[in-house]
Amino acid sequence: MANDRAKLTFWLLLAPLMIWLLTLIVLPHLGMFLVSLREKVGVREYETSFANYAVFFNEPLYWNTFARTAYMSVTATALTLFIGFPIAYYIAKLTRGRTKTTLFLMCLIPFWVSELVRTFGWMILLRETGVISNVLQYLGLVGGPVEMLYNDAAIMTGLVYTSMLFMVVPLVTTLDSLDDSLIEAGYDLGASGFAILREIVIPHAMPGIVSGCIVVFMLSLGNYLTPILLGGKDSLWFTGLIYNQFITRFNWELGSAFGFLLLGLSSLIVFVGLKLSRQSLGKTMAQT
Amino acid sequence: MPNTPDLECRAISKSFDDFKAVKDVSFSVPQGTFFSILGPSGCGKTTLLRMIAGFQKPTGGDLLIKGNSVLEVPPNKRPVSMVFQHLALFPMMNIGANVGFGLRQRGVNKTDIKKQVERVLERVGLGGVADRPVSSLSGGQKQRVAIARCMVLEPDVLLLDEPLGALDLKLREHMKIELKQLQSEFNTTFVYITHDQSEALVMSDQIAVMNHGVFEQVGTAKELYYEPATAFVAGFVGEANRLRATFKSAEGGLLQMVTPEGRALGGVDAGQGLSPGETVEVFVRPEAVRLSRNAADVAQMGNTGQGRVENILFNGANSQLILRDQATGAEMNMALPQTGEFRDLERGAEIAFGWDPQQTRVYRSKGNAHGK
Repeated sequence: MANDRAKLTFWLLLAPLMIWLLTLIVLPHLGMFLVSLREKVGVREYETSFANYAVFFNEPLYWNTFARTAYMSVTATALTLFIGFPIAYYIAKLTRGRTKTTLFLMCLIPFWVSELVRTFGWMILLRETGVISNVLQYLGLVGGPVEMLYNDAAIMTGLVYTSMLFMVVPLVTTLDSLDDSLIEAGYDLGASGFAILREIVIPHAMPGIVSGCIVVFMLSLGNYLTPILLGGKDSLWFTGLIYNQFITRFNWELGSAFGFLLLGLSSLIVFVGLKLSRQSLGKTMAQT
Repeated sequence: MPNTPDLECRAISKSFDDFKAVKDVSFSVPQGTFFSILGPSGCGKTTLLRMIAGFQKPTGGDLLIKGNSVLEVPPNKRPVSMVFQHLALFPMMNIGANVGFGLRQRGVNKTDIKKQVERVLERVGLGGVADRPVSSLSGGQKQRVAIARCMVLEPDVLLLDEPLGALDLKLREHMKIELKQLQSEFNTTFVYITHDQSEALVMSDQIAVMNHGVFEQVGTAKELYYEPATAFVAGFVGEANRLRATFKSAEGGLLQMVTPEGRALGGVDAGQGLSPGETVEVFVRPEAVRLSRNAADVAQMGNTGQGRVENILFNGANSQLILRDQATGAEMNMALPQTGEFRDLERGAEIAFGWDPQQTRVYRSKGNAHGK
């Protein structure tokens, strides 16, 4: 009797999560998968085939964009880690009390405005008639206006800026849990600062590094606004292609196929990353 | 010089803003000594140890290891190793990698590291565990790994920061003996800090009692126990009853005092050169007091009294009796001999007690009461 009630409570508590997963994630993906397998053979005539996937592999523009998106996202993730790690280390280990809270808040503040507004902020800085261009001209460092938008560096800047918080937060959490006496013990046993970083700090922070990287990578790969706005027409971001198929060309079949390819790609890269860092997804997510 | 001490501190001091944590402490530790620094929390002992390890820079004085000043030497270059309070074993490495950590930093080749790690683990009684994770060890074994990790580097001085604090009582008792054995086996100079007097008394060759940033007394366990130099040491090392009195006169090496309630007391000057008329503190150890149901038995003991049993704290051989002295109204703590004589003693009973003035030490009263 009591056992039955406990079971009922359990299922009731689980129900919102299950409904959310089923209706918002599983069902739409299932639908999309079915759409991606439809080949249009005539007006309102469809056949089940892998033709949409074949289109992707036969058109170099598509898979070049695909590879480029993956490569740029991996680079953005690595850059975010290199910039974020010292910041996180400083916040977690070298500051206390109020300073710590203030610094943490400063990482958070940019997220109080929408991503669109933040990206426009970068456009104001980087465009030909923008702040940086004007300052350089005023200082006499350049002869004429400089266009700093619509290139890969601008996209990269935007991606790193957008995802910094998602790297810093898990890193601060794991570094916070590193006992200071371990670092002191390392010094005491004759280690240099670099050896301590390599042998003690990074192995300890590994779950945080991996979970931060997964989140940042997913965000970059699936980002639409930043690459389109900062990279312009030629940004060649895969999400842009998907958008085009769905909205501009009404080719839902191909768009769905692209969506599934992107899902496969992100899963594959995360899997490889976990294997290389010898972490498991469960462990990584549980620790942060 | 063959007699250079392993560790020497010369008027070392450390201030944090206005607060002086360590004030002009000087001492030297000869090779192979187990030296303990005993003091209550906040007395500056951890600061002193961290200065020796190099984690904090002294604001004054000099620090010498084997006769060379190490003030300018960073912690990773100092010939000292430290066992941390919570041991600080690296959880990301297995036991062998932990012990071999210091050797790896020195660039010793892999096969030598393996050999040396195995040898030192065998010496601490943990042979063949090198490939196991740290978490597979018990508290006492972790302790030994932490010591092995330091000893493999053959440091001139091993510093220990209350490493037994986290262990349970039984294991702590056991580890005291083991630590002492390890120290004599390695014949390395140990500097051990603790707030637990029994740890210091059992293990040390020399003990420094520290309070408010200064050494109150340095000596062997017996010296500290039987001849405490200051009232703080008398109160902190071992149990003691403290009485207040006024010093009247000295007769044949014995001081005659009188308590505010008018009871006469005899005692010996602890070497502070007291003069008549001063307010003094009188210390007597609980085990120095003799109890008797018959006042005549203790009448010739010099200091005598009559009291009512307030409480009996039964703890086997360490049982205690808390008495309310009838003359002074003071609470007195005394050892209750478990010879059977007082087995039927009950709360509220009247009992006579007395102790020898030779076992009574008298100190100048500082006006403020500290210690236990």
